[in-house]
Amino acid sequence: MLHAVQALVLDDPAGLLPARNQMALSLGWHIILASFGVAWPAMILVAHWRGVYRRDDVALGLAQRWAKVSAVLFAIGAVSGTVLSFEMGLLWPGLMGRYGGVLGLPFAFEGLSFFVEAIFLGLYLYGWGRIPPRRHLLMLVPMAAAGVVGSYCVISVNAWMNMPVGFRLVDGQVVDVNPWAVLFNPGAILQFAHMWVAAYMIVGFLVAGVYAAGMLRGRYDRHHRLGFTIPLVFASAGALVQPLVGHVLGLRIAEAQPAKLAAFELATDTESPSPLRLGGLLINGQVRYSLDIPSLGSIIARNSFTAPVQGLDTIAPTDEPPINITHVAFQSMVGIGTLLFLAVALYWFARWRGRDLLSNRWALRFAVLAGPLGVLAMELGWVATEVGRQPWVVYGYLRTRDAAGDNPQIWILLVATAVLYTGLTIGAALVLRSMARRWRAGEEDLPSPYGPQSDAAGGSRPPTDREATTP
Amino acid sequence: MTLETAVAAALFAGVVIYALFGGADFGSGFYDLTAGGTRRGAAVRTLIDHSIGPVWEANHVWLIYVLVMWWTGFPASFAAAMNTLILPMFLALLGIVLRGAAFAFRKFAPTVTQARLYGAIFAASSLITPFFLGTVAGAIASGRVPATRRGDLWTSWLNPTSLWGGAIAVGSCAFLAGTFLTADAYRGGRIDLVTSLRRRTLVVGAATGAVVFAALIPILRDAPTLAAGLTGRAAPLIAISGLTGATTLALIAARRYQPARVTAVLAVASVISGWGLGQYPWLLVDEVRIDDAAAAPATLIGLLVVVALAGIVVLPPLVYLLKLTQSADWTHH
Repeated sequence: MLHAVQALVLDDPAGLLPARNQMALSLGWHIILASFGVAWPAMILVAHWRGVYRRDDVALGLAQRWAKVSAVLFAIGAVSGTVLSFEMGLLWPGLMGRYGGVLGLPFAFEGLSFFVEAIFLGLYLYGWGRIPPRRHLLMLVPMAAAGVVGSYCVISVNAWMNMPVGFRLVDGQVVDVNPWAVLFNPGAILQFAHMWVAAYMIVGFLVAGVYAAGMLRGRYDRHHRLGFTIPLVFASAGALVQPLVGHVLGLRIAEAQPAKLAAFELATDTESPSPLRLGGLLINGQVRYSLDIPSLGSIIARNSFTAPVQGLDTIAPTDEPPINITHVAFQSMVGIGTLLFLAVALYWFARWRGRDLLSNRWALRFAVLAGPLGVLAMELGWVATEVGRQPWVVYGYLRTRDAAGDNPQIWILLVATAVLYTGLTIGAALVLRSMARRWRAGEEDLPSPYGPQSDAAGGSRPPTDREATTP
Repeated sequence: MTLETAVAAALFAGVVIYALFGGADFGSGFYDLTAGGTRRGAAVRTLIDHSIGPVWEANHVWLIYVLVMWWTGFPASFAAAMNTLILPMFLALLGIVLRGAAFAFRKFAPTVTQARLYGAIFAASSLITPFFLGTVAGAIASGRVPATRRGDLWTSWLNPTSLWGGAIAVGSCAFLAGTFLTADAYRGGRIDLVTSLRRRTLVVGAATGAVVFAALIPILRDAPTLAAGLTGRAAPLIAISGLTGATTLALIAARRYQPARVTAVLAVASVISGWGLGQYPWLLVDEVRIDDAAAAPATLIGLLVVVALAGIVVLPPLVYLLKLTQSADWTHH
């Protein structure tokens, strides 16, 4: 066994292992920031809209602060997204060289959306006090829309990797390329819906959590209540529909990727009806430590009382994904998703019955935790779907090891990225924390500290930040 | 024009625009780095923040555009270039990440000390990024990126054409940035800043012009295919770049900053286009021609649809943003 593993590892191209880790790290990091790009503009839009049309100064203040925070987050998101663009070629020459022309078009459309988002971000961030208020508010609309379109495009490529369409392979040559079929592939919509909803959940919970933390420290003003409620409404809508979206998405896997479903469900044998296997690990070919609920597997995964989950016994060992990682990641995601569903259902039910859970410290503590939990669920979901597709990168057509290059230098990239992203995370945390601190101290405009005094900019008409950002 | 050439032209237009607008953003790092201590340099740094803050992300997207057009339109050559040029690509990427993040962090840094740290990172990475991208251009233009196997990890980008290419890139960025910053300062009525920026832009411009023409000598020897193009088909562009570059310097010397922006853009655009025209019809010089490297026609048509859509969806707001930030109203606010 050990020898077989060693032989397999030695046989792999030098760039495979570092490339997989690098992709996981850089994508896993970027997806959090990308979610902010997708979901936050809509939340800022709601706050800003209230501020302008209902003359709600608290809401307007929130929008202004969120805009400033988004300036920091979107900047890191833009550059960490660029890392991914380079990595497509640096890490996966075998994928890009052969399939670049097939999968590229959705990325070109994503580029368009990113363009729109970046342009209107610039207009919005620097438009405070420079563009008439109502027109300024409208700058958020294309931003929010572009975030949604862009994420659809990227997800369509991932859906294509799971269910490849739009080409034929003849004697090892890619022919009959139809890039539009990739952009509008049948798997894209549902997978996009799953990720889109997830983005609203994590951003909503994370932002609401910031204000929940404030309330835990006794800051119960309207600023905190509104700052909590707006994002929570988005997050709640997401958390309530996500189980349904996930379920419908999952139904497709039985046909499209039986090996992945077998790993999700830890189905070693094909049973009719299949049990739902909660927990459990595959150890030496045996399932251990699991709780089996009869028939429920068929009902959940197949929408049927009898249809079986195809077992791992039907999958060639060389086509099996790493079972335990996939299974544990998948079920943890489902578990957290269910927890968040129940939590928001409870919160709104209590509120409907006239009870405000915001006065309950445990509810607030959970609200603080919900954001990180949501992020964890999203990361686990990506682990489940990506590891579950292994050993394929383009399912059924291209193995991941054939997509990787022979570059041992990618280890350098991995180490450098780990160091760099740690540094950026610390830097962002410090900057954001200090912004919050200065806001609490009553300093609203946060002038750029380029000199000993904020008016050091000098000149006959000093356009200091203080002036520039006051609406 | 064949379909392949049309896509290659659209791709290269992205390279030129990125060099101009992204380049002007990167180049501001030079003035930030040399602005002096916190007290003396505060004015220049605030000006830079104002000038590039609203536009740098939009300008940065041109790089994404170039990468996507490249890997979709000419996939195998993209994989080949990334494979051989892995090191300069790493380093350029590092610079891109550090530049963007540090710029955003600096704006909201709580203390002068932290702002200085982020500022130094922002400025230094603004300079190294164009350098490494320039070496990449030099590697491709001098025929050092093999189409099917991996080229030399080091000499592919550490060679005369690449190093001069890097120097030209850094100089062009700083020249553009200087012209724009001087014009911004002038429009804002900041006479003290105008004086120092004007002087430095004149020096940078003269030095860059010297580098561009000095580079022709080693390139003639090191990159024969490119050299033939530069002295043949692309020669008019090189002449135009010299002419417009000199005009820019004359205009800046004469304190005519607004028209100087136009000629500076023309000068740099001609240098970059000269390279492109010089290596045409090669995609990877001496290795793959544009027509032989292209993806399936359906994909190329798709890309042209995207380009057309970009003209409708992206260009109008982009022009609005750029016009707004270059308007007197915005500056004076």
